[in-house]
Amino acid sequence: MRPGSRALTGAVLLAACLAAGFARGQEAPRNCDVPAYLLSTDSVLLKVADSIKNTHSLKVLVIGSRSSTIVSSEASAYPARLHAALKERLPSVAVDLSVELQTGKTAEEVDANLVKLLEGKKPNLVIWQTGTVDAMRAVDPDDFRGAVDGGLAALQSAGADVVLVNLQYSPRTETMISAPPYLDHLRVAAQQHDVPLFDRFSIMRHWNEVGDFDLFSTFPGVEMAKRVHACLGRALSKFVLDAARLDPAQQN
Amino acid sequence: MTSTADPTAGKPGGASSANDAAAAVSAPAITLPGAGARELRLDLFRGMALWLIFVDHLPTNILTWFTIRNYGFSDATEIFIFISGYTAAFVYGRAMLEAGFVVATARILRRVWQIYVAHVFLFTIFLAEISYVATRFENPLYSEEMGIMDFLKQPDVTIVQALLLRFRPVNMDVLPLYIVLMLFLPIVLWLMKWRPDVSLGLSVLLYALTWQFDWHLSAYPNGFWAFNPFAWQLLFVFGAWCALGGAARMSRILSSPVTMWICIAYLAAAFFVTLTWHVPQLGYLMPRRIEKWMYPITKTDLDVLRFAHFLALAALTVRFLPRDWSGLKSRWLRPLILCGQHSLEIFCLGVFLAFAGHFVLAEVSGGAVMHALVSLAGILIMWGMAALISWYKHSADKGASRTPGTRGNADMAGGSI
Repeated sequence: MRPGSRALTGAVLLAACLAAGFARGQEAPRNCDVPAYLLSTDSVLLKVADSIKNTHSLKVLVIGSRSSTIVSSEASAYPARLHAALKERLPSVAVDLSVELQTGKTAEEVDANLVKLLEGKKPNLVIWQTGTVDAMRAVDPDDFRGAVDGGLAALQSAGADVVLVNLQYSPRTETMISAPPYLDHLRVAAQQHDVPLFDRFSIMRHWNEVGDFDLFSTFPGVEMAKRVHACLGRALSKFVLDAARLDPAQQN
Repeated sequence: MTSTADPTAGKPGGASSANDAAAAVSAPAITLPGAGARELRLDLFRGMALWLIFVDHLPTNILTWFTIRNYGFSDATEIFIFISGYTAAFVYGRAMLEAGFVVATARILRRVWQIYVAHVFLFTIFLAEISYVATRFENPLYSEEMGIMDFLKQPDVTIVQALLLRFRPVNMDVLPLYIVLMLFLPIVLWLMKWRPDVSLGLSVLLYALTWQFDWHLSAYPNGFWAFNPFAWQLLFVFGAWCALGGAARMSRILSSPVTMWICIAYLAAAFFVTLTWHVPQLGYLMPRRIEKWMYPITKTDLDVLRFAHFLALAALTVRFLPRDWSGLKSRWLRPLILCGQHSLEIFCLGVFLAFAGHFVLAEVSGGAVMHALVSLAGILIMWGMAALISWYKHSADKGASRTPGTRGNADMAGGSI
């Protein structure tokens, strides 16, 4: 009911929409800018900030399903792009990033592996991309919710900050995969655990709407996937630094 | 919902003979002005629900702003299921009184069969669409999501599961729900004939137990039914209860100004909450404690907040839109009413058009103008089809006027999804 329409809608919200449209007109639509409201969060990544300030190091672990990579060109996928962007924006910090793909696993199945995944890595920040497999398998949303809750609790008690990443916006499979319940539950779980949620779904839908990417296209080839991931990685780096209240631009 | 101002409907008829009880229940049906006259408000709102369901099934576009789910908790599905319960009880309740339990059950089962066939027909179209996308679409960005088409590798299992109503693609959940609800309608009506209020109480009890013990129907390949029949039956049975005299007994509550202000306050609060979904900047105004208590508002199990939202909407509608409102005869509302009168056909058409709409948007272009055009064209097609069916029925009526007694029932039943 809600999320499908959570973009800029509402006839009564016409003013808001007009304002947004105006803002859009001012931006250059050729690149992949993300409106500020899609990157804002109240939750703060305290441990990330601590680690950067005190030890000048940052260990990031990305846990995700297959949409966290590009088959046969992993170096172009968003985790690698995030890594590059973090290094660039934090030149004096040793940034370490590793990826643990949990292909085809639901949140519940990933939960069972979490402890093992964290072992020996001791990341300051875990970026957990989840929901896609659950939506495809139509897992009971309540079970999904419970699994995300459990996972977040485990990650937090292991001493890591967490950023949740939700599903991709995939218009071609909209009639086959029902994303809304899972998007909802991720949003709520993020709120309850005070964890920033990187709203990949809304960001990609925004790009599709303003024409940065034609996500409907039939045979776009791997190039478009690479560009989308590059944009996601860049947006995610900004999101993480903002959530750690560390954005260099803000500090100056 | 209707105000059948009939005093006998309110009498406690349980202790008396079966005849008395029958008279008490049949009273609202008897107050019908005639076989041809229908409660146009039901048709109007069911037609509206059909349009809204269609628009909601399309990707978000300008017309989506006009769907009620953007302004509160409940959406068109609630309207649709409530009115379905109302009309089904109205039609088959009368059949049960006139012709007995067995005949009414037989008629209901025939209706169930029609809905089942409609569902299978829609599934076939869906399968064709999926197969097309699966063979024509190759985007490395979505290699994971395309895994959803893996079921095409096992058509033997998939098709059998679809026939068993366990495999249901997105947007095809309403008809299976309706099939299950209709299957239990004979028992519901039989209970209602005995004691309407006890029946409604049992329905509430089942709803509460469903929430308590997490009862649900499983689906294939895994998961659950997206509309839990054990929860949604509450709305259906409530509709039936209203049709069989409950609405008349509630009329004093409905006309009280206190009720009106409670409804308005609740709708306003719900509107504000929905506003925070659309304008995330407003999120800070929502107290965290309320958020924790309120979310998630589940559609699967018909959250109490959704049910209450529907009740508030219905109460205000009944209050401000009288049964004999002249606008109901206006030609501007005619398309909606026509669609509402042939709801099974138009519902199926709407699901098909939503598939087709997705397809056009994907193949031709996905611009905002195209979105709006697809929505508008779909609504026009639904209207045209409803007019065509209506024309068929009327010309067929002329030939079949020898059986006027059943005609009225069949016509109402035709709209009873």
